[in-house]
Amino acid sequence: MFKSLKEICLEAEEKGIEFWEVILQNDMKERMITREQSMEQMRAMYQAMKDADANYDGKLRSASGLVGSDGEKFHEALASGETICGPFIGTVIEKALKMGESNACMKRIVAAPTAGACGVVPALFLTMQEQRGYTDEEMTKALYVAAGVGGVIANRAFLAGAAGGCQAEIGAGSSMAAAGAVYLAGGSNEAIIHAAAMAMKNLLGLACDPVAGLVEVPCVKRNVVGSVNALSAADMALAGIRSVIPPDEVYDAMRSVGIAMPDAVRETGKGGLAATVTGQAIAERINKE
Amino acid sequence: MNILDIIGPVMVGPSSSHTAGAVKIGQISRKLLAEDVKRAEIYLHGSFWATGRGHGTDRALVAGLMGMAVDDPRIPASFTHAEERGLEFTFEKIELIDAHPNSVKLCLYGVSGRKLEIVAASIGGGRIRICEIDGLTANFCGDYPTLIVHNLDQPGHVTEVTSMLAHKSINIATLQLYRDSRGGRAVMVIECDQEVPAESIRWLTRVEGIVKVTYLSLL
Repeated sequence: MFKSLKEICLEAEEKGIEFWEVILQNDMKERMITREQSMEQMRAMYQAMKDADANYDGKLRSASGLVGSDGEKFHEALASGETICGPFIGTVIEKALKMGESNACMKRIVAAPTAGACGVVPALFLTMQEQRGYTDEEMTKALYVAAGVGGVIANRAFLAGAAGGCQAEIGAGSSMAAAGAVYLAGGSNEAIIHAAAMAMKNLLGLACDPVAGLVEVPCVKRNVVGSVNALSAADMALAGIRSVIPPDEVYDAMRSVGIAMPDAVRETGKGGLAATVTGQAIAERINKE
Repeated sequence: MNILDIIGPVMVGPSSSHTAGAVKIGQISRKLLAEDVKRAEIYLHGSFWATGRGHGTDRALVAGLMGMAVDDPRIPASFTHAEERGLEFTFEKIELIDAHPNSVKLCLYGVSGRKLEIVAASIGGGRIRICEIDGLTANFCGDYPTLIVHNLDQPGHVTEVTSMLAHKSINIATLQLYRDSRGGRAVMVIECDQEVPAESIRWLTRVEGIVKVTYLSLL
């Protein structure tokens, strides 16, 4: 994995290869595997995302009873044409809700980068494939782009709510998804990394404040903001808009913000929404059961 | 860490630390016991106790003890599967000293009478650490074939074990030594790059001064 997005871009330029290919070659070298072995594993991850989306069950509730069936509700609203967002963003929202709920209901998902943020990348990727007809091969390449971005975040900062708040889960997933979306849409490497940067910038400082300490409230709905935020960052980058702060420095900022965050908003279930009157009452009820 | 830790793993939700990590702890503990588990006393510490039920940590641990993988769709129903297999288990709260917030102590009894006591922690992202085995410090992650040798704290045991490994052309990745007191009980934790043959492990158990040999095979 790489320590900066700049390095990835430089290597792509030097070797005259695409962004995703740099990540693939690095993976082959690090894990001492063939090109086909690496690609087969990444294809399997994309297939697992598709399966998880298809296996959503709107009748399930989480163990605490706090989440479930919202994906179904949104699906109905979308089908009736009542949403403001319309079919593209509407589908992204629906898929993000469904994946987040599937995770909370102990269904099989792909952690990307974490289980709590498992809906962000697939919501955007699956929707782009459905609506714009990309092949599985192209989607697999886009996953390498997302993984490359995630690797840089892991190396420069962190990928865990306990370490850096929700920005290190949903924020990271959003940054990864934005980069992959720009790649799919045919954007330049510069556009890829600036989309990643803008997605992260717009979620800097996000608290990890799960009610009763569970990956349910607000995690499920945060997957929605992660994927929609990624979409807006991707379109901005594709339109030629650039982040004033260079992408790698954005991750350094995320790291310093994460370190500065109090423990109460780093997955302890003690601050933010978890500390509200209602949040505490829910936690008390669950603990009594 | 590699890119399949970023995109992946495929797992049953909701939490990589409280669910996937718990499955892995159960899985590796069963491998260390080296036979099917008949009875398990499970003691949950810290956040594992506080939020474990909502995260399915309890079901995940039991699933792992039956050898299920982190993406096994049977995890949510593991209690039913355990009942069918005759695996008995109990859950209690424990306060371990200086332990990671996501820690568990397992007292395992195997079908042929083997016993094993393990303290393990889920340290984030589905990665785990085995912290103690039978009351002695261990400290390994379960990613390598691992040999744990409990012996009397006497000169020569490290040489015996490492010579055997060299003889079998096994490369040592990491080696740790601990003891409870001078001349008391000691433990070697050796992570290897290759698997240790079963006959070498049997030989070790018969060496004078070696009290117990536990082995984690990844096969």
